[in-house]
Amino acid sequence: MSVNKNLKILVVDDFATMRKVIRNLLKQGGFENIVEAEDGVAALKVLQSQKVDFVISDWNMPNMSGLELLKAVRGSDDLKELPFLMVTAEALKDNVVAAVKAGVSNYIVKPFTAEVLTEKIEKIVKSMAA
Amino acid sequence: MDVRVINPFLNGTVSVLKTMAFVEPKAGKPFLKKDSLARGDVSGIIGLTGSARGSLALSFSEGAILKIVSNMLGEEIKSVNGDIKDAVGEITNMVSGAARKELETMGYNITAAIPTVVAGKDHSISHVLGGPSIIIPFETPQGPFVVDICIGNLNGGQ
Repeated sequence: MSVNKNLKILVVDDFATMRKVIRNLLKQGGFENIVEAEDGVAALKVLQSQKVDFVISDWNMPNMSGLELLKAVRGSDDLKELPFLMVTAEALKDNVVAAVKAGVSNYIVKPFTAEVLTEKIEKIVKSMAA
Repeated sequence: MDVRVINPFLNGTVSVLKTMAFVEPKAGKPFLKKDSLARGDVSGIIGLTGSARGSLALSFSEGAILKIVSNMLGEEIKSVNGDIKDAVGEITNMVSGAARKELETMGYNITAAIPTVVAGKDHSISHVLGGPSIIIPFETPQGPFVVDICIGNLNGGQ
């Protein structure tokens, strides 16, 4: 089963440049339907105003962190099933455990290639469709 | 200064630039730096605490960082602008994360602060511990950059 490349993907990162980097990597993987938000608060506004199929969120952000955003998504009746990939600069055990407990679909540690990002997305989408 | 910190930061730097920017920098011989003058045109600095206290700086020549960020973004950047400064902060963050992950496997738990970025000719780098620092020089086809580490002795570990 191939993954629908028209998935609408929300990229959440406080660094505009990192959003561009992830957008560039997603495009290399064939994903073109991308929206962006600068932190968890802005991401929730996007999620409440339009249908998004997949979230890729940075861990460290001001206002609302990636973990807080994940908890808000999982606590929402409308959004709780949304695939959620956490991006982090470190795979420290405590962070991974906290993300798993909060219901993250998977996580990816920077630096990563377009291939690894695409594989993670496909793995999550396929597991949720199974 | 504990020399065991050198390899994790060296490995982290090579890994980040190779993966995110398709640039394979060549490392030179590390040396001691006693002044605060940056060895590049744009620097990212990040504070470290935990099993060891100190700071890490990555200081890039203009040529090197323009190529690195152009590759990361998939578009040509011709001058040091906001994208470059953002990217230097993110690269510093990623190198710190990769190095701290390797240090974690050695039993050291180090946490990092938020990186800051300074740009301009002859700017200075203020390390948390004051100095001296160890410089790991790197070469790329577009110019040099350095990893500048000033960190206290590691506590704990295996």
